[in-house]
Amino acid sequence: MTTIQARFQLDYGDFKLDVDLKLPGTGITVLFGHSGSGKTTLLRCIAGLQHAPQGKLAINGSIWQDSERGLFLPTHKRSLGYVFQDANLFPHLTVRDNLHYGLKRIKQNSGTVKLEHTIELLGIGQLMERMPERLSGGERQRVAIARALALNPEILLMDEPLASLDFKRKQEILPFLSRLHQQLDIPVLYVTHSQQEVAQLADTLVIMEDGRALASGPLSETQSRLDVPLAQDREAATVWQATVAEHEADYHLTRVAFAGGSLSLPAVDAEIGTPLRVQIYARDVSIALEAPTATSILNVLPATITGIADGRDGQSVVRLQVGDQALLAHITRKSALLLDLQIGMAVYAQIKGTSLLN
Amino acid sequence: MLSPADLDTLILTFKVASTATLLMLLFGTPLAWWLARTHSAWKGVINAVVALPLVLPPTVLGFYLLVLMGPAGTIGKFTTWLGLGTLPFTFPGLIVASVLYSLPFVVQPLQASFNAIGEQPLEAAATLRAGPLDTFFSVVVPLAKPGFLTAAILGFAHTVGEFGVVLMVGGNIPDKTRVVSVQIYNHVEALEYAEAHWLAGVLLLFSFSVLLVLYTVLKTHPVAHPLK
Repeated sequence: MTTIQARFQLDYGDFKLDVDLKLPGTGITVLFGHSGSGKTTLLRCIAGLQHAPQGKLAINGSIWQDSERGLFLPTHKRSLGYVFQDANLFPHLTVRDNLHYGLKRIKQNSGTVKLEHTIELLGIGQLMERMPERLSGGERQRVAIARALALNPEILLMDEPLASLDFKRKQEILPFLSRLHQQLDIPVLYVTHSQQEVAQLADTLVIMEDGRALASGPLSETQSRLDVPLAQDREAATVWQATVAEHEADYHLTRVAFAGGSLSLPAVDAEIGTPLRVQIYARDVSIALEAPTATSILNVLPATITGIADGRDGQSVVRLQVGDQALLAHITRKSALLLDLQIGMAVYAQIKGTSLLN
Repeated sequence: MLSPADLDTLILTFKVASTATLLMLLFGTPLAWWLARTHSAWKGVINAVVALPLVLPPTVLGFYLLVLMGPAGTIGKFTTWLGLGTLPFTFPGLIVASVLYSLPFVVQPLQASFNAIGEQPLEAAATLRAGPLDTFFSVVVPLAKPGFLTAAILGFAHTVGEFGVVLMVGGNIPDKTRVVSVQIYNHVEALEYAEAHWLAGVLLLFSFSVLLVLYTVLKTHPVAHPLK
């Protein structure tokens, strides 16, 4: 059974962690929240770096903690890879020795992720003899990711791996992470407070606040939940996973297909069938009651209203279902009243702009 | 010049100091590791006990050791029961006294460098499948190398320089307990200033070289806590 079951209760007086999560055993699950929300503590509990007195943790069938039976596997006996926020390479070892440190300590097995392959994927082959102090922040973090993956672990845990890097370095590493995403078959738990990283990487999203999980589920579904603050954010958006379906060279456009429909995007230089992530900001979505016949907007999709909530500054937040995908629209409260929008209504979502994430 | 008797005291001093240094590293390392990591209520007490020789007059420490290790003392009774006799005025007795006297000079630099390593490399090692003992030897020891060097040098040098404890516990027995500092005292008592000069010069040179190494090569401060 490929699931992750994580239940932890921990009380530090000024901070309490109380979560009970069931997460898919594949893909990237992002734990998202502000600092102090408990996302890093949760990750450390999963790694066994912190010992929650009450807890049960099962990763794809192997039980790592069960406080009722007094079971707590120490970190070094858990088949995991951990990437720390600041890389945390051993300063006294070369890159090569850092990469081999863990490898020497496990029984060699024929894993799907081989060290050589990982080194190539992360582009760190020419750094092997360097000491960590002679690496840039981005290089250090790539080595740290390779070091964690070299163990061929059952799960990869990443604690804000990009947080200590500047914008340029982030852009240098994000493509590697996206590529990893496509090649890894182990689950990844990824902690971040960056919405950009959520949009680029998450398959599953867990929103943390005050030591609790406010919401958890598939990305666009969770992003568009009206009962969490994320949907109210000025930058609120939903991300759809789609594939390249057709190139319209004459118009410099590309049509991408998603479960339940298709979208036109500015031309994408990718082969038919390539998976893509398309981000749609809530502020770029408007609603019409009838199919607009004369409009310059290309992407008009039939949708059903599944929720309406008051937004900030006289706005309404409308949650729509388009095929299998959820979509958020920020419209004025006046429009919502004039159109008399109700849950269950069939409408048309007009998408003014989209952005491609990879 | 140095007489054969003076040379003997130098050799004995070297033997005492190196044996004591080895023992101090052996016992001091786990003790320093425990002190650096524990949150136990006993930490303060143990810290104070280890640091006592720093402030206690050596004669006081020597006096208590003499009493405890003597025929009527607890340790003395125990060593007699073991068939070892009593320790005062013997080489082993001198070693026991030296270890206790110089221990803070070994434990404190080690403790400081263990503290400086912090939690992070240990956590990294744990996520890379290294158990606690493995982590200690593959991560802590290499990272604390300057601390170990400082501890060994200071422990050795401080043992060489001891006088009061030696005189109380070891006495003044040629080839058994007569170390350099005691021999210098003997020379001065006998008004043999030329001989005293030679030995004193050797110690002065030795001490200066040790400090020079600490300040220039290891760049540590032997009195304050050395950092990595």
